[in-house]
Amino acid sequence: MLKEITVTVNGEKHTLEVEPRLLLVHMIRELLNLTGTHIGCDTSSCGACTILMDGKSVKSCTILAVQANGKSLTTIEAVAVNGELSALQEGFKENHGLHCGFCTPGMILRATELLANNPNPTEEEIRWGISGNLCRCTGYNNIVKAIIYAGAKMRGEELPSTEPQFV
Amino acid sequence: MNKCKTSKEIGGMGHSLKRKEDIRFIQGKGHYVDDIKLPGMLYMDIVRSPYAYAKIKKINIEDAMKVPGVVAVVTGRDLEKYNLHWMPTLMSDTQMVLPTDTVMYQAQEVAAVIATSRYAARDGREAVKVDYEKMKPVIDPYKSMDPGAPVLRSDKAGKTDNHIWHWEAGDKAKTEAVFASADVVVKEQMHIPRIHVASIETCGCVADYDKINNHLTMYMTTQAPHAIRTVIALVAGHVGLTEEKIRVISPDIGGGFGGKVPVYPGYVIAIAVSFLVGKPVKWIEDRSENLQADSFARDYHITAEMAGTKEGKILATRFKILADHGYTDASANPSKFPTGMFSIATGSYDYDTSYMECDAVYTNKPPGGVAYRCSFRVTEAVHAIERMTDRFALEIGKDPADLRMENFIKKEDFPWKSPTGWIYDSGDYHKGLLKAMDAVGYWELRKEQAEKRKKGELMGIGLSTFTEIVGAGPSKDFDILGIKMFDSAEIRVHPTGKAIARFGTKSQGQGHETTYAQIIAEELGIPAENIQIEEGDTDTAPYGLGTYASRSTPTAGAAAAMASRKLVAKARKIAAYLLEVSEEDLEWEPGKFWVKGAPEKSKTIQEIVFASYTNHPQGMEAGFEATHYYDPPNLTFPSGAYICVVDIDKETGGIHVRRFVAIDDCGNIINPMIVQGQVHGGLTQGIAPAMYEELIYDEDGNILNGTLMDYLVPTAVESPSWETGHVITPSPHHPIGAKGVGESPTVGAPPAIANAIVDALSPFGITHLDIPITPAKVWKALKDKGAI
Repeated sequence: MLKEITVTVNGEKHTLEVEPRLLLVHMIRELLNLTGTHIGCDTSSCGACTILMDGKSVKSCTILAVQANGKSLTTIEAVAVNGELSALQEGFKENHGLHCGFCTPGMILRATELLANNPNPTEEEIRWGISGNLCRCTGYNNIVKAIIYAGAKMRGEELPSTEPQFV
Repeated sequence: MNKCKTSKEIGGMGHSLKRKEDIRFIQGKGHYVDDIKLPGMLYMDIVRSPYAYAKIKKINIEDAMKVPGVVAVVTGRDLEKYNLHWMPTLMSDTQMVLPTDTVMYQAQEVAAVIATSRYAARDGREAVKVDYEKMKPVIDPYKSMDPGAPVLRSDKAGKTDNHIWHWEAGDKAKTEAVFASADVVVKEQMHIPRIHVASIETCGCVADYDKINNHLTMYMTTQAPHAIRTVIALVAGHVGLTEEKIRVISPDIGGGFGGKVPVYPGYVIAIAVSFLVGKPVKWIEDRSENLQADSFARDYHITAEMAGTKEGKILATRFKILADHGYTDASANPSKFPTGMFSIATGSYDYDTSYMECDAVYTNKPPGGVAYRCSFRVTEAVHAIERMTDRFALEIGKDPADLRMENFIKKEDFPWKSPTGWIYDSGDYHKGLLKAMDAVGYWELRKEQAEKRKKGELMGIGLSTFTEIVGAGPSKDFDILGIKMFDSAEIRVHPTGKAIARFGTKSQGQGHETTYAQIIAEELGIPAENIQIEEGDTDTAPYGLGTYASRSTPTAGAAAAMASRKLVAKARKIAAYLLEVSEEDLEWEPGKFWVKGAPEKSKTIQEIVFASYTNHPQGMEAGFEATHYYDPPNLTFPSGAYICVVDIDKETGGIHVRRFVAIDDCGNIINPMIVQGQVHGGLTQGIAPAMYEELIYDEDGNILNGTLMDYLVPTAVESPSWETGHVITPSPHHPIGAKGVGESPTVGAPPAIANAIVDALSPFGITHLDIPITPAKVWKALKDKGAI
């Protein structure tokens, strides 16, 4: 039995008929063809599917599409506006905050909410803040650096160096 | 740091160029296998065995076929009709694609359901009823060699036990003689546990067979597209799917780490189904399937011994290994060189006597033994030697840093021949360790430790000064299924001086699009931003063996330099023609030829390339293209000096990694930023098995932690803030002096962490703990020794 839902995704309104059991991540990837949101696990452990729902970061594999009815969703595809990267996207690129890129969309969206709630986080707050998102490639140092960079940029402060620091 | 010879605009070697690939990944425009959607595509899901060892009495597919959307259910009996129910492994063993009679490990593929949607395929999977007759599995590899153990591979004619192979290296008699007369002998039994690569993207494919043209396009998560195409042709050639009719495309890959080298049954079933139904078939495994059924890594049981003098000179080592290969020998090893353990287990130390032997056995566990970010068991080798070096230091009461300094191979002794016959190309181990000790403040930390010990507090300092062996490989030593392990680069420069270069390797996040462009920029003087790099399409890229075991820079990176040098040779001829001088009268710097003594008379590489299409000398072939297949003369030998500092809570066993300093020597550095990123990532994949990760099975062969809820991949919270640096000794035989770095930290970090923890616990008589060293394990060890 299909259910009709209306969702606003990246500013665009969609009315869809979905199975009640359809996961939100599958709706996004397969019905809306927005493939930047990834699936990395089946236990809500990795955070690759993180999106924003009404501004809050959620793991879209843990939410049914019908639960998103009436909500506003933001996926990675809408984070850059008119070709302008967000401060976080720029931070990830400038600080080598990604390797394979598979966890990156989820990381960026999670960090978007993190900075919205705490515009000047400490390194420890950032590490706890992204602890629901796994990255297997970077070792996290540069992800932390990317988020610090983005925070500075959003606060209009001088940007920290993006050159690698060696002992 | 190596000095940059090219300008920032050119962006050759030594520049921390921002990665070209990032712009798509940060905007969600990466293109991974699961993003592919083809018209009429079907979805496959796999029924897996709940038991580790059982007879299949009956598979009832009737209910599944009634599920709306289900198109077909495929069993081993169906594949048997086409002789597609068995396949070769990369180690020339055999593996069931789908079993016809017996399942051999928990989560083994038993049947495949094909449906019009992902959800229908899962519904169908749930509706397949399999009637099993459960049998007692063989889980313990030592017990698998008991005379009464059931012979697991009854499919192999004449097989009477579970033994796979015995390998040995070194001089047994000489080693025994040295051990018999040595002042000091230390011995430990260690297990390097079964772990998983757990790349964040799981494995999967879209198999698209076109019946009309008898052509297969296979999009898949593979690190070695060309080798896979050859394997597919070997399996399916007899049904007309010959190699020229197969195109393997490996798009963006979400991490590989060796786990995407093997051929998994899911790929083969998807191909078979697409071949039979004539439609594209998508198979994407979920995380639980990935952890439970894909190839594991490590799983070596090692009896390690070291002999030396009471003053601290290492004289000999002896290693006896039992390798648990699970149901089939599908480990990623070159056929001439089955255990990389032997290549480097004697470490960075100057002694000439060693003997090592390894036996591999079958058990009822998943097959494999992938070289997880390591050159074919180098991780196990380094763990054994670095643990034993500390063990020896502890035994004679010498500081482990001093003991290492006194035993290192000296920089003037390279090239150096190891006791197992490998030629180390270069290194400066003393310099690396001194730099690491300086960065961490080693002697101050030892003082602090002594103070803390007086107060009963636990603090440990652990060293790992390893040598790595990467760049597989020279064809005299390395092959896969007989194919020599060269790699390749093909460079085409377009008339306006912009280039495209294609490679036989395949990045899974290592940043090839940037680093290869930098190598070519360094050689030709064409800006790196104007060089497009492509990999992963067998129809367009030259044949190569792929990316794993830190081989891309040592092999394909070298091929890029060599192909570039062929182009510079051609450019010289064209420049001489254009400038009307002889070739000998020309000087070259990246990007430009000029006449000796008359620098104003010059031609840029762009002008020369344009001339190669418009105004080249009579008789010269037009165009500006070159290909090179590089077979390395030797392996490269990166090294590292890592120091880990831990604080341990005596009451809970909790371990806090306070500092971790890693100094790497990977030879000349192409992109310092990317190299540092590789080191950060590798260190995190080093702390993981040292402290958190292990695939655990009960005695019935049930996996006890087969999801990411239970299998502990480190998060940003568990991962320390890594401190990294380098020393540089260029490889003398590599065209650009590079050595490879990706796996060094994965290999070097676990023993540094284990050594630090054991160092902290050593006042209580604790001499060894197996990784992963968890708080519970530490607490129990302290309790057993009466320390708490």
